[in-house]
Amino acid sequence: MKQRINGSEAIIRSIIEEGIDTIFGYPGGAIMPVYDALYDHGEKLKHILTRHEQGAIHAAQGYARVSGKTSVCFATSGPGATNLLTGITDAMLDSTPVVCITGQVASPLLGTDAFQESDILGMSTPVTKWNYQITDVNEIPEVMAKAFYIASSGRPGPVLIDLAKDVQFAMLDFEYKKCNSIRSYMPYLPIDEKQVEAAAEAINKAKKPFLLFGQGVLFSQAEEELKQLVEKADIPAAWTLLGVSALPTNHPLNVGMLGMHGNYGPNIKTNECDLLIAVGMRFDDRVTGKVAAYAPQAKVIHIEVDPAEINKIIPAHYPVLGDAKKVLSKLIPLVNENKHTDWIQEFKDAYETEFEKVIKNDIYRNNGKISMGEVVRVASEKTNGDAICVTDVGQQQMFAARYFQFKHTRSMVTSGGLGTMGFGLPAAVGAQFGRPDRTVVTFIGDGGFQMTMQELGTIAQENIPVKIIILNNNFLGMVRQWQDLFFEKRYSFTNISGPDFVKLAEAFGIPAQRVISNSELEGAISEMVNHNGPYLLEVMVEKEDNVFPMVPAGASVSDILLEKPTT
Amino acid sequence: MKQEYIITAYSENHIGLLNRITIVFTRRKVNIESLTVSESAHKGISKFTIVVIVTEEQVKKIVQQIDKQVEVLKAFYHTNDEMIYQEIALYKVATDDLTESDKIETLIRKHNARILEITKEYTVIEKTGHKEDTQEFFNDLNQFRVMQFIRSGRIAITKSPIERLSEFLKERDEILSETD
Repeated sequence: MKQRINGSEAIIRSIIEEGIDTIFGYPGGAIMPVYDALYDHGEKLKHILTRHEQGAIHAAQGYARVSGKTSVCFATSGPGATNLLTGITDAMLDSTPVVCITGQVASPLLGTDAFQESDILGMSTPVTKWNYQITDVNEIPEVMAKAFYIASSGRPGPVLIDLAKDVQFAMLDFEYKKCNSIRSYMPYLPIDEKQVEAAAEAINKAKKPFLLFGQGVLFSQAEEELKQLVEKADIPAAWTLLGVSALPTNHPLNVGMLGMHGNYGPNIKTNECDLLIAVGMRFDDRVTGKVAAYAPQAKVIHIEVDPAEINKIIPAHYPVLGDAKKVLSKLIPLVNENKHTDWIQEFKDAYETEFEKVIKNDIYRNNGKISMGEVVRVASEKTNGDAICVTDVGQQQMFAARYFQFKHTRSMVTSGGLGTMGFGLPAAVGAQFGRPDRTVVTFIGDGGFQMTMQELGTIAQENIPVKIIILNNNFLGMVRQWQDLFFEKRYSFTNISGPDFVKLAEAFGIPAQRVISNSELEGAISEMVNHNGPYLLEVMVEKEDNVFPMVPAGASVSDILLEKPTT
Repeated sequence: MKQEYIITAYSENHIGLLNRITIVFTRRKVNIESLTVSESAHKGISKFTIVVIVTEEQVKKIVQQIDKQVEVLKAFYHTNDEMIYQEIALYKVATDDLTESDKIETLIRKHNARILEITKEYTVIEKTGHKEDTQEFFNDLNQFRVMQFIRSGRIAITKSPIERLSEFLKERDEILSETD
């Protein structure tokens, strides 16, 4: 039955109809009517006021990534909307389903350079899956339904809905119907059985198959199918940065991370396998290194929901278009049970080499000082692998990905494609709302922390029990590492000072502690984990540690370095 | 090897979609040689005809990216010899030059052009053809000084007997009815 309500109320009701219970946002002039409508719906819709719109969208991303649900973020017109753009771009590259609602000047003022007018539709076009400006109030239910359908289906992504202010006041006869199809948009193409059969045959024939899995496995909830496939055919499997946690870290066939700072075995074996089976991943340049030297010897199966990814970077001999869960379900019965014991042993041997040369010293530092890898190991142990790990961008991100142990799916939140410094703290806020039942531990460098540290205010106001670990080396560590390796140690503007982070946290009413020596580390992390509420731990880590292994930019994955070259 | 390709795309007629499509080209630093957008035989569905000079690998990826846009129904690419195509050009010359001798008239006959309008001051001539043809006519006519010249973007039609969009819409309706 239709109800006569105004546009703002229609926006809020549409969001409730979609099963959303949390919104991250920041009010302002052009979105005030929507905030006014929100005021009456406190029982159904929780609104988290961040300290900056960038914080709102990163929080929404964190929420979506851990919960698997679409998240919503509000901002006003002009600067409110433009402040979302970094997060929208991040969500686009990492395929995160976020619906952004921005206020806009009243429709008669569009295009007049009115106060706080920005062409957010034009600006967000390259970085949204879809965007739309509503200037007719009657469009609201249909456009909102389309927004949620597009954001979450197929390969997910951000959608922006720009809402002219006059529309927020105008009246309509409201009736909501969820969208489940759009003529011009096919998020899931029917699976071609022949493609599946061809892929199965290739797997059955392969002597050295190697499976790579990405975030597509998480999107389609294909974790169980992935496990069944690798176990049945006995295939070593490695993950992309965003695919991590789709297979538990301690699974015997989980051979580690791909790419620039991934594990040694997965990188060198890429160029020794005879079959690459890529599932829900897109061959990012951080994974492939030099494309021309990437697995030239191997046949490639590419299981992917987005047709534009097929043959985009690495040509697929056996493309299989479709949702990972559906494709794998069809593939598993066609795949023979198999054993690849010797081949898998090669990965184990490579791991031993890496352990001796890199890992041991990363996670057990015996000189009294503290390494980032060790902090990650201890935090992972103290949370029994049950925590959600959120990272910022840089060295701590790579150490966290390498050394955090995952038991459960959707347990890592990190900015992969865009590499957005400042992502970690607000993303942790969202992750905690997405999974209030789980401990959220976030690793942030002292540089990235200073980009969005105002979100400590949000954490304090809402008493969000996130555990914040600042790995402080007074450097922009990853850039410094590159200066060390490739720019003759010319440390151009990578020295960075900071405030007293402990006092800063305390100023927000958040308990905090600083760790200086290795002997205090375990106790401090235990204390943090056991604390009921938000907690900040500043750990003074070794100043000039580098992340290894490393595939230098533009090099082949087989040229992965285990240590700094001596020449 | 780079060569001329004709990209055709069918889309919903929505504001902002042209921007989405041109971004696919600008991001890859590919110049659009010509662009024509108009309503197709199906009401509410626009047809884009875009000419680019790229390698086949590039054009494949561009078409994949256009196809990926939510409001695009389907995109295709073709080489010139797979399509019948035309452009239209208009030429304005001084009517005095036309009447002074029969030279312009001869050129009009030779090039299969036609006169659209004659006033005391000027005459507008129209010619359709490939770019080389309309250009050649321009070069010939320009001995008499062409006052104004304009050429349209390309329009093109496949040599295949099937209307692909109708086929495509039928297939899609079938898929959608199965998933409902």
